[in-house]
Amino acid sequence: MIPAQPQALLMPTDWRDFFALTKPGVMRLVIFTALCGMLAAPGTLHPVLAFTAILCIAVGAGGAAALNQWWEADIDAVMKRTSRRPLPGGRMQRESARDFGFALSGISVMTMGLAIGWLTAGILAFSIFYYAWIYTVWLKPRTPQNIVIGGGAGAFPPLIGWIAVTGHITLMPVLLFLIIFMWTPPHFWALALFVQTDYSKAGIPMMPVVAGEKSTRWQILAYAGVLLPLSMTPWFIGGTGRIYGLAAFLLSSVFLWLSIRVGLRASAPGDGMKPEKRLFAYSIFYLFILFAMLVVDRFATIYGWQA
Amino acid sequence: MNEIPTLRTLTPAESEQLRARQRNRNRVLGVLLLSLAVLFFAISIVKISEMARFHS
Repeated sequence: MIPAQPQALLMPTDWRDFFALTKPGVMRLVIFTALCGMLAAPGTLHPVLAFTAILCIAVGAGGAAALNQWWEADIDAVMKRTSRRPLPGGRMQRESARDFGFALSGISVMTMGLAIGWLTAGILAFSIFYYAWIYTVWLKPRTPQNIVIGGGAGAFPPLIGWIAVTGHITLMPVLLFLIIFMWTPPHFWALALFVQTDYSKAGIPMMPVVAGEKSTRWQILAYAGVLLPLSMTPWFIGGTGRIYGLAAFLLSSVFLWLSIRVGLRASAPGDGMKPEKRLFAYSIFYLFILFAMLVVDRFATIYGWQA
Repeated sequence: MNEIPTLRTLTPAESEQLRARQRNRNRVLGVLLLSLAVLFFAISIVKISEMARFHS
Protein backbone atom coordinates (compact mmCIF):
# COMPACT_ATOMS: atom_id res chain seq x y z
CA MET A 1 0.00 0.00 0.00
CA ILE A 2 1.26 3.47 -0.78
CA PRO A 3 1.62 5.47 2.43
CA ALA A 4 -0.92 8.25 2.69
CA GLN A 5 0.77 11.60 2.10
CA PRO A 6 -2.10 14.09 1.72
CA GLN A 7 0.05 17.07 0.73
CA ALA A 8 2.03 15.12 -1.85
CA LEU A 9 -1.12 13.65 -3.40
CA LEU A 10 -2.88 17.01 -3.58
CA MET A 11 -0.17 18.23 -5.92
CA PRO A 12 -0.25 17.16 -9.55
CA THR A 13 2.67 14.84 -10.23
CA ASP A 14 5.76 16.65 -11.46
CA TRP A 15 6.71 15.80 -15.07
CA ARG A 16 10.16 14.77 -13.84
CA ASP A 17 8.55 11.94 -11.89
CA PHE A 18 6.88 10.68 -15.05
CA PHE A 19 10.26 10.85 -16.74
CA ALA A 20 11.87 8.94 -13.84
CA LEU A 21 9.24 6.24 -14.30
CA THR A 22 10.77 5.38 -17.68
CA LYS A 23 14.10 4.40 -16.01
CA PRO A 24 16.28 6.80 -18.03
CA GLY A 25 19.47 5.08 -16.82
CA VAL A 26 18.44 1.75 -18.37
CA MET A 27 17.21 3.56 -21.46
CA ARG A 28 20.73 4.76 -22.30
CA LEU A 29 21.88 1.17 -22.82
CA VAL A 30 18.65 0.37 -24.71
CA ILE A 31 19.15 3.30 -27.10
CA PHE A 32 22.83 2.54 -27.55
CA THR A 33 22.38 -1.18 -28.35
CA ALA A 34 19.42 -0.45 -30.65
CA LEU A 35 21.48 2.17 -32.49
CA CYS A 36 24.39 -0.27 -32.82
CA GLY A 37 22.09 -2.98 -34.17
CA MET A 38 20.76 -0.49 -36.68
CA LEU A 39 24.18 0.79 -37.77
CA ALA A 40 25.67 -2.70 -38.01
CA ALA A 41 22.81 -4.07 -40.13
CA PRO A 42 23.38 -4.44 -43.86
CA GLY A 43 21.26 -1.84 -45.62
CA THR A 44 20.22 1.75 -45.16
CA LEU A 45 17.34 3.57 -43.52
CA HIS A 46 16.33 7.18 -44.01
CA PRO A 47 17.63 9.24 -41.04
CA VAL A 48 14.10 10.37 -40.13
CA LEU A 49 12.89 6.76 -40.05
CA ALA A 50 16.01 5.63 -38.18
CA PHE A 51 15.40 8.33 -35.56
CA THR A 52 11.76 7.28 -35.33
CA ALA A 53 12.70 3.62 -34.85
CA ILE A 54 15.16 4.45 -32.05
CA LEU A 55 12.60 6.76 -30.45
CA CYS A 56 9.94 4.03 -30.56
CA ILE A 57 12.30 1.46 -29.03
CA ALA A 58 13.22 3.94 -26.26
CA VAL A 59 9.61 4.98 -25.59
CA GLY A 60 8.49 1.33 -25.65
CA ALA A 61 11.19 0.47 -23.10
CA GLY A 62 10.04 3.45 -21.03
CA GLY A 63 6.44 2.23 -21.17
CA ALA A 64 7.48 -1.25 -20.06
CA ALA A 65 9.52 0.29 -17.21
CA ALA A 66 6.51 2.34 -16.08
CA LEU A 67 4.29 -0.77 -16.10
CA ASN A 68 6.99 -2.62 -14.16
CA GLN A 69 7.02 0.10 -11.47
CA TRP A 70 3.23 0.22 -11.34
CA TRP A 71 3.14 -3.53 -10.66
CA GLU A 72 6.07 -3.56 -8.23
CA ALA A 73 5.31 -0.43 -6.17
CA ASP A 74 4.93 -2.50 -2.98
CA ILE A 75 8.19 -4.37 -3.55
CA ASP A 76 10.05 -1.16 -4.44
CA ALA A 77 8.89 0.42 -1.18
CA VAL A 78 10.79 -2.10 0.98
CA MET A 79 14.02 -2.06 -1.01
CA LYS A 80 16.54 0.69 -0.21
CA ARG A 81 17.69 0.98 -3.84
CA THR A 82 14.16 1.59 -5.14
CA SER A 83 12.32 3.16 -2.20
CA ARG A 84 12.72 6.72 -3.53
CA ARG A 85 11.05 5.99 -6.89
CA PRO A 86 7.94 8.12 -7.65
CA LEU A 87 5.37 5.49 -6.55
CA PRO A 88 6.87 4.26 -3.26
CA GLY A 89 7.90 7.88 -2.58
CA GLY A 90 4.19 8.81 -2.64
CA ARG A 91 4.67 11.41 -5.38
CA MET A 92 2.33 9.75 -7.86
CA GLN A 93 -0.96 7.87 -7.97
CA ARG A 94 -0.58 4.22 -8.92
CA GLU A 95 -3.18 4.54 -11.69
CA SER A 96 -1.21 7.39 -13.28
CA ALA A 97 1.83 5.13 -13.63
CA ARG A 98 -0.31 2.37 -15.16
CA ASP A 99 -1.99 4.70 -17.67
CA PHE A 100 1.31 6.35 -18.53
CA GLY A 101 2.90 2.93 -19.15
CA PHE A 102 0.07 1.72 -21.38
CA ALA A 103 0.01 5.02 -23.30
CA LEU A 104 3.76 4.99 -24.00
CA SER A 105 3.62 1.32 -25.03
CA GLY A 106 0.66 1.85 -27.36
CA ILE A 107 2.05 5.02 -28.97
CA SER A 108 5.48 3.46 -29.56
CA VAL A 109 4.10 0.29 -31.16
CA MET A 110 1.63 2.14 -33.40
CA THR A 111 4.24 4.68 -34.53
CA MET A 112 6.76 1.90 -35.22
CA GLY A 113 4.15 0.04 -37.29
CA LEU A 114 3.22 3.09 -39.35
CA ALA A 115 6.76 4.40 -39.87
CA ILE A 116 8.88 1.25 -40.14
CA GLY A 117 6.73 -1.86 -40.52
CA TRP A 118 4.48 -4.21 -38.64
CA LEU A 119 7.07 -6.99 -38.16
CA THR A 120 9.29 -4.55 -36.24
CA ALA A 121 6.25 -3.18 -34.38
CA GLY A 122 5.14 -6.72 -33.51
CA ILE A 123 8.55 -7.57 -32.04
CA LEU A 124 8.53 -4.28 -30.09
CA ALA A 125 5.05 -5.09 -28.73
CA PHE A 126 6.24 -8.57 -27.75
CA SER A 127 9.32 -7.14 -26.03
CA ILE A 128 7.11 -4.83 -23.92
CA PHE A 129 4.79 -7.73 -23.06
CA TYR A 130 7.85 -9.87 -22.27
CA TYR A 131 9.23 -7.36 -19.75
CA ALA A 132 5.97 -6.07 -18.26
CA TRP A 133 4.16 -9.40 -18.00
CA ILE A 134 6.37 -12.48 -18.53
CA TYR A 135 9.24 -11.08 -16.46
CA THR A 136 7.63 -8.64 -13.97
CA VAL A 137 4.34 -10.33 -13.19
CA TRP A 138 4.98 -13.98 -13.93
CA LEU A 139 8.61 -14.98 -13.45
CA LYS A 140 10.22 -12.50 -11.08
CA PRO A 141 8.19 -13.43 -7.99
CA ARG A 142 8.18 -17.16 -8.82
CA THR A 143 11.59 -18.46 -9.82
CA PRO A 144 15.25 -17.70 -9.16
CA GLN A 145 15.74 -18.16 -12.92
CA ASN A 146 13.73 -14.91 -13.33
CA ILE A 147 16.73 -12.91 -14.44
CA VAL A 148 17.83 -15.53 -17.01
CA ILE A 149 14.55 -15.42 -18.90
CA GLY A 150 13.98 -11.76 -18.04
CA GLY A 151 17.29 -10.97 -19.69
CA GLY A 152 15.48 -11.50 -22.97
CA ALA A 153 13.65 -8.24 -22.42
CA GLY A 154 16.88 -6.25 -22.50
CA ALA A 155 18.12 -8.26 -25.46
CA PHE A 156 15.42 -7.06 -27.84
CA PRO A 157 16.68 -3.52 -28.75
CA PRO A 158 19.56 -4.50 -31.11
CA LEU A 159 17.34 -7.17 -32.67
CA ILE A 160 14.60 -4.60 -33.31
CA GLY A 161 17.15 -2.03 -34.55
CA TRP A 162 18.60 -4.54 -37.02
CA ILE A 163 15.19 -5.70 -38.28
CA ALA A 164 14.05 -2.08 -38.69
CA VAL A 165 16.77 -1.79 -41.35
CA THR A 166 16.58 -5.19 -43.05
CA GLY A 167 12.87 -5.90 -42.68
CA HIS A 168 13.40 -9.57 -41.88
CA ILE A 169 14.84 -11.85 -39.17
CA THR A 170 18.23 -13.47 -39.86
CA LEU A 171 20.87 -15.23 -37.75
CA MET A 172 22.93 -12.09 -36.98
CA PRO A 173 20.24 -10.15 -35.06
CA VAL A 174 19.35 -13.36 -33.22
CA LEU A 175 23.02 -13.70 -32.21
CA LEU A 176 23.02 -10.12 -30.91
CA PHE A 177 19.91 -11.02 -28.91
CA LEU A 178 21.64 -14.11 -27.51
CA ILE A 179 24.78 -12.17 -26.52
CA ILE A 180 22.76 -9.82 -24.31
CA PHE A 181 20.66 -12.76 -23.11
CA MET A 182 23.77 -14.59 -21.87
CA TRP A 183 25.36 -11.39 -20.56
CA THR A 184 22.42 -10.48 -18.31
CA PRO A 185 22.70 -13.23 -15.63
CA PRO A 186 26.37 -12.59 -14.71
CA HIS A 187 25.74 -8.83 -14.90
CA PHE A 188 22.68 -8.92 -12.67
CA TRP A 189 23.83 -11.64 -10.26
CA ALA A 190 27.03 -9.68 -9.61
CA LEU A 191 24.74 -6.85 -8.46
CA ALA A 192 22.45 -9.25 -6.58
CA LEU A 193 25.44 -10.62 -4.65
CA PHE A 194 26.15 -7.26 -3.07
CA VAL A 195 22.53 -6.14 -2.56
CA GLN A 196 21.05 -9.55 -1.64
CA THR A 197 19.73 -8.42 1.74
CA ASP A 198 17.48 -5.95 -0.12
CA TYR A 199 15.99 -8.71 -2.29
CA SER A 200 15.41 -11.11 0.60
CA LYS A 201 13.63 -8.33 2.52
CA ALA A 202 11.30 -7.82 -0.46
CA GLY A 203 10.67 -11.58 -0.87
CA ILE A 204 12.08 -11.71 -4.40
CA PRO A 205 13.60 -15.13 -5.12
CA MET A 206 16.91 -13.87 -6.49
CA MET A 207 19.50 -16.57 -7.08
CA PRO A 208 21.83 -15.64 -4.17
CA VAL A 209 18.82 -15.64 -1.81
CA VAL A 210 17.38 -18.97 -2.98
CA ALA A 211 20.30 -21.09 -4.20
CA GLY A 212 22.97 -19.47 -2.06
CA GLU A 213 26.10 -17.57 -2.89
CA LYS A 214 28.24 -20.54 -3.95
CA SER A 215 25.79 -21.73 -6.59
CA THR A 216 25.30 -18.16 -7.89
CA ARG A 217 29.04 -17.67 -8.22
CA TRP A 218 29.40 -20.91 -10.20
CA GLN A 219 26.56 -19.91 -12.47
CA ILE A 220 28.13 -16.48 -13.11
CA LEU A 221 31.28 -18.32 -14.16
CA ALA A 222 29.33 -20.71 -16.40
CA TYR A 223 27.51 -17.90 -18.23
CA ALA A 224 30.76 -15.95 -18.70
CA GLY A 225 32.33 -19.13 -20.10
CA VAL A 226 29.54 -19.48 -22.67
CA LEU A 227 29.64 -15.77 -23.47
CA LEU A 228 33.25 -15.93 -24.70
CA PRO A 229 32.61 -18.19 -27.75
CA LEU A 230 29.11 -16.81 -28.25
CA SER A 231 30.31 -13.20 -28.53
CA MET A 232 32.77 -14.35 -31.21
CA THR A 233 30.18 -16.30 -33.22
CA PRO A 234 29.22 -13.29 -35.42
CA TRP A 235 32.84 -13.41 -36.63
CA PHE A 236 32.89 -17.22 -36.95
CA ILE A 237 29.84 -17.20 -39.25
CA GLY A 238 31.24 -14.36 -41.36
CA GLY A 239 28.71 -11.79 -40.16
CA THR A 240 31.51 -9.46 -39.01
CA GLY A 241 35.20 -8.97 -39.75
CA ARG A 242 38.26 -9.58 -37.61
CA ILE A 243 38.14 -6.18 -35.86
CA TYR A 244 34.98 -7.25 -34.07
CA GLY A 245 36.24 -10.82 -33.63
CA LEU A 246 39.44 -9.71 -31.91
CA ALA A 247 37.64 -7.11 -29.78
CA ALA A 248 35.05 -9.72 -28.71
CA PHE A 249 37.83 -12.14 -27.78
CA LEU A 250 39.70 -9.57 -25.67
CA LEU A 251 36.62 -8.08 -23.99
CA SER A 252 35.07 -11.49 -23.22
CA SER A 253 38.37 -12.86 -21.93
CA VAL A 254 38.56 -10.03 -19.38
CA PHE A 255 34.88 -10.68 -18.54
CA LEU A 256 35.70 -14.35 -17.96
CA TRP A 257 38.76 -13.49 -15.85
CA LEU A 258 36.73 -11.18 -13.60
CA SER A 259 34.00 -13.86 -13.39
CA ILE A 260 36.59 -16.46 -12.37
CA ARG A 261 37.66 -14.17 -9.52
CA VAL A 262 34.02 -13.87 -8.44
CA GLY A 263 33.19 -17.53 -9.10
CA LEU A 264 36.00 -19.06 -7.09
CA ARG A 265 35.75 -16.99 -3.93
CA ALA A 266 33.46 -16.92 -0.90
CA SER A 267 32.50 -13.70 0.84
CA ALA A 268 33.32 -13.18 4.50
CA PRO A 269 31.33 -11.07 6.99
CA GLY A 270 32.14 -7.39 6.48
CA ASP A 271 33.43 -8.20 3.02
CA GLY A 272 33.56 -5.16 0.73
CA MET A 273 32.50 -7.39 -2.22
CA LYS A 274 35.04 -5.63 -4.42
CA PRO A 275 35.37 -8.37 -7.11
CA GLU A 276 31.57 -8.45 -7.51
CA LYS A 277 31.36 -4.67 -7.79
CA ARG A 278 34.22 -4.68 -10.29
CA LEU A 279 32.51 -7.37 -12.39
CA PHE A 280 29.22 -5.43 -12.34
CA ALA A 281 30.93 -2.20 -13.43
CA TYR A 282 32.96 -3.98 -16.11
CA SER A 283 29.89 -5.79 -17.46
CA ILE A 284 28.31 -2.43 -18.40
CA PHE A 285 31.54 -1.23 -20.01
CA TYR A 286 31.80 -4.59 -21.80
CA LEU A 287 28.43 -4.34 -23.49
CA PHE A 288 28.96 -0.71 -24.56
CA ILE A 289 32.36 -1.43 -26.13
CA LEU A 290 31.35 -4.78 -27.67
CA PHE A 291 28.42 -3.20 -29.53
CA ALA A 292 30.49 -0.14 -30.45
CA MET A 293 33.07 -2.48 -32.00
CA LEU A 294 30.30 -4.10 -34.03
CA VAL A 295 29.63 -0.71 -35.62
CA VAL A 296 33.35 0.09 -36.04
CA ASP A 297 33.78 -3.28 -37.76
CA ARG A 298 30.89 -2.60 -40.12
CA PHE A 299 32.24 0.83 -41.13
CA ALA A 300 35.76 -0.60 -41.48
CA THR A 301 34.36 -3.13 -43.96
CA ILE A 302 32.34 -0.50 -45.85
CA TYR A 303 35.39 1.79 -46.21
CA GLY A 304 37.66 -1.13 -47.18
CA TRP A 305 39.91 -1.06 -44.09
CA GLN A 306 39.40 -4.80 -43.69
CA ALA A 307 38.39 -7.67 -45.97
CA MET B 1 -6.39 1.50 -1.86
CA ASN B 2 -4.94 4.86 -1.02
CA GLU B 3 -6.32 6.67 1.96
CA ILE B 4 -8.46 9.66 1.04
CA PRO B 5 -6.50 12.75 2.02
CA THR B 6 -8.11 15.26 4.31
CA LEU B 7 -9.04 18.31 2.25
CA ARG B 8 -8.22 21.78 3.49
CA THR B 9 -7.68 25.18 1.95
CA LEU B 10 -4.25 25.58 0.39
CA THR B 11 -1.95 28.28 1.68
CA PRO B 12 -0.96 30.95 -0.90
CA ALA B 13 2.51 29.38 -1.19
CA GLU B 14 1.04 25.92 -1.81
CA SER B 15 -1.41 27.35 -4.28
CA GLU B 16 1.42 29.01 -6.19
CA GLN B 17 3.40 25.75 -6.14
CA LEU B 18 0.38 23.91 -7.55
CA ARG B 19 -0.07 26.45 -10.34
CA ALA B 20 3.65 26.34 -11.16
CA ARG B 21 3.57 22.57 -11.40
CA GLN B 22 0.49 22.67 -13.64
CA ARG B 23 2.17 25.25 -15.89
CA ASN B 24 5.31 23.10 -16.12
CA ARG B 25 3.31 20.00 -17.00
CA ASN B 26 1.34 21.88 -19.64
CA ARG B 27 4.54 23.23 -21.16
CA VAL B 28 6.14 19.78 -21.32
CA LEU B 29 2.98 18.27 -22.79
CA GLY B 30 2.78 21.08 -25.36
CA VAL B 31 6.39 20.52 -26.44
CA LEU B 32 5.77 16.76 -26.69
CA LEU B 33 2.63 17.16 -28.80
CA LEU B 34 4.32 19.67 -31.09
CA SER B 35 7.32 17.35 -31.51
CA LEU B 36 4.98 14.46 -32.34
CA ALA B 37 3.22 16.57 -34.96
CA VAL B 38 6.58 17.51 -36.54
CA LEU B 39 7.74 13.88 -36.41
CA PHE B 40 4.59 12.56 -38.09
CA PHE B 41 4.86 15.27 -40.74
CA ALA B 42 8.50 14.27 -41.42
CA ILE B 43 7.60 10.56 -41.52
CA SER B 44 4.80 11.29 -44.01
CA ILE B 45 7.12 13.30 -46.29
CA VAL B 46 9.77 10.53 -46.24
CA LYS B 47 7.18 7.79 -46.87
CA ILE B 48 5.55 9.71 -49.73
CA SER B 49 8.90 10.48 -51.38
CA GLU B 50 9.99 6.83 -50.98
CA MET B 51 6.74 5.69 -52.60
CA ALA B 52 7.17 8.18 -55.43
CA ARG B 53 10.73 6.91 -56.03
CA PHE B 54 9.50 3.29 -55.97
CA HIS B 55 6.81 3.96 -58.59
CA SER B 56 9.01 6.06 -60.90
